[in-house]
Amino acid sequence: MKTDWTALSVFILFFLLVTVIGFVAARWRRATDAQHLDEWGLGGRSFGTVISWFLLGGDLYTAYTFIAVPALIYGVGAQGFYAVPYTIIAWPLVFLFLPRLWSVARRKGYVTLADFARGRYGSKSVAVAVALTGILATMPYIALQLVGIQAVLDTLHVGGSSSFGKDLPLLIAFAVLAAYTYSSGLRAPALIAFVKDTLVYVVVLVAIIYIPIRLGGYGHIFHDAATAMARTNPATGKPRGSMIPGAQAQWAYATLALGSAMALFMYPHSATGVMAAKDRLTVRRNLAVMPAYSLMLGLLSLLGFMAISAGVGKGVKGYNSQLAIPQLFQQMFPSWFAGVAFAAIGIGALVPAAIMSIAAANLFTRNIYKDLLKPDATPAEETKVAKLVSLVVKLGALGFVLGIDKQFSINLQLLGGIWILQTFPAIVGGLFVRWFHRWALLAGWAAGMTYGTWKAYGVAAAGKPGTHFGGSSANIPVIGQIGYIGVTALVLNIAVAVVLTLVLKAVKAPEGVDETVAADYVADVADTPAGSDTEGPEHGRDVIAPVTT
Amino acid sequence: MSQPTEAKLPLVTPVRVVCAVLLVAPFVALLWVDSYATDKPAFVGIPFFYWYQLLWVILSALMTGLAYVLFTREERQRRARRLARGGEQA
Repeated sequence: MKTDWTALSVFILFFLLVTVIGFVAARWRRATDAQHLDEWGLGGRSFGTVISWFLLGGDLYTAYTFIAVPALIYGVGAQGFYAVPYTIIAWPLVFLFLPRLWSVARRKGYVTLADFARGRYGSKSVAVAVALTGILATMPYIALQLVGIQAVLDTLHVGGSSSFGKDLPLLIAFAVLAAYTYSSGLRAPALIAFVKDTLVYVVVLVAIIYIPIRLGGYGHIFHDAATAMARTNPATGKPRGSMIPGAQAQWAYATLALGSAMALFMYPHSATGVMAAKDRLTVRRNLAVMPAYSLMLGLLSLLGFMAISAGVGKGVKGYNSQLAIPQLFQQMFPSWFAGVAFAAIGIGALVPAAIMSIAAANLFTRNIYKDLLKPDATPAEETKVAKLVSLVVKLGALGFVLGIDKQFSINLQLLGGIWILQTFPAIVGGLFVRWFHRWALLAGWAAGMTYGTWKAYGVAAAGKPGTHFGGSSANIPVIGQIGYIGVTALVLNIAVAVVLTLVLKAVKAPEGVDETVAADYVADVADTPAGSDTEGPEHGRDVIAPVTT
Repeated sequence: MSQPTEAKLPLVTPVRVVCAVLLVAPFVALLWVDSYATDKPAFVGIPFFYWYQLLWVILSALMTGLAYVLFTREERQRRARRLARGGEQA
């Protein structure tokens, strides 16, 4: 196939636009104290409702989501639709605990979730466990953003035939991303997110109206999809998938939705998005309007069926389903609009990749560099280290994609989801009660990590017996159903933590010092009455007072 | 002039109970997969399984939004009372 120059030009045009925005962002709302990590790593904790909304949306609904969720539905049908209930229940779930997280983080100057764990349990080991889990889970996630860009570039037939020429466009895109993240910090993705989400909304709306018209309506699309799903896959001897989850698949569907929802805000980049909000009301208001994104994701996932109906990848042996959506766009849209759609996906990869690398850099700097290596690091030194680490993290992700099998980063990302879920008890438990013993949390975390990794190791890819990390569902002991490994591991994790806490409390093992008080969890940036608590966070910009008792 | 019984709202109030129900409902509806794992009735050619879950996106958005309004209103009340109490002490 020939390179589609119209689509490519539109794509490059948008890419240049966001590059300019990325560098200009450094001057946007310029900080008084640019050397503080709050500035580079949290955008000065100053984002209002609109910016926060775009930032969080740009952060959580990544290019990989746009490619992978429809690709999964293209591949197996109904089972891939779990992403919809997952994003629906995520919002009421986090509505309960994110405002508390924001308050305590603001009051105590926490930049990462691991900062909170250290402050709440007085335990550097728990903090390091949370930080390492976060970094490990984020790396493959960044790598997947590259996979998203690569899918678009492949569809556009960019790059030469040599292996270096093929990767060159990706290297350029990444060098540019790294440069503006380095100079502008969280402000860059926050601004670019406006462009990204506008493009994505336009593309999705057009796609769900225009493509069905061309394909003969939704009834026709679902009919084609049902026929394709019922066909036997010669590799496995089973049907390709199903349109409705059967009784044996429902546990997996529900536990995947629940586990993913619980894991969502344990990811460092999500927490970064929340902590950058300027006040508590902003956080809560945002959570109330976030479901607009879920609707978009739900509509988008139907594109997987449209790709089947349009005959994308039909008869291609070993077809890479990650290409299904870009190729659907290319086949259905006029060139110029395909370019817009590709730009939406490409920019949709840059925004989260930037935020993720910032979040991982924050974790390393605060909880490994400062806590373990150099306790007397100044805020300026912290910022310097964080900026450098953001580059290292991105290089690592690039290495993943270029050096290692692409499938491996996808598998690692599934594993990352299982891992990050194991920090849930320490973080969410800690936001409500100071009951768990720090050592018990550590043991529970270790148990969950070990069990989850071991079980995932035992999952072979479909049709390839003897392979490992091929999926994230396995038999749940006792219940005897197939379910999401992350949730099973979490139950084990909590059980270990509860039992050991009881034991450790009974033998009066030393508890760490809790530096937070109840009022910290409900505090807001506020006009406090005279004479009340005027001790702000270490940054000392705002006066904060508890709102409720 | 002080009315100590009114000075502080209890931890569990009717508003908070309503909020809890609004927030928990999507969990029950969506995690009970068997209740919607069927293809009929279809809507404009989309099987029940799919349009029902998409409908819940909208329902849960409305419910979370309502919980937000109720909760914020009550929090403002709590805050006002707390400040009033603080003022008396000063």
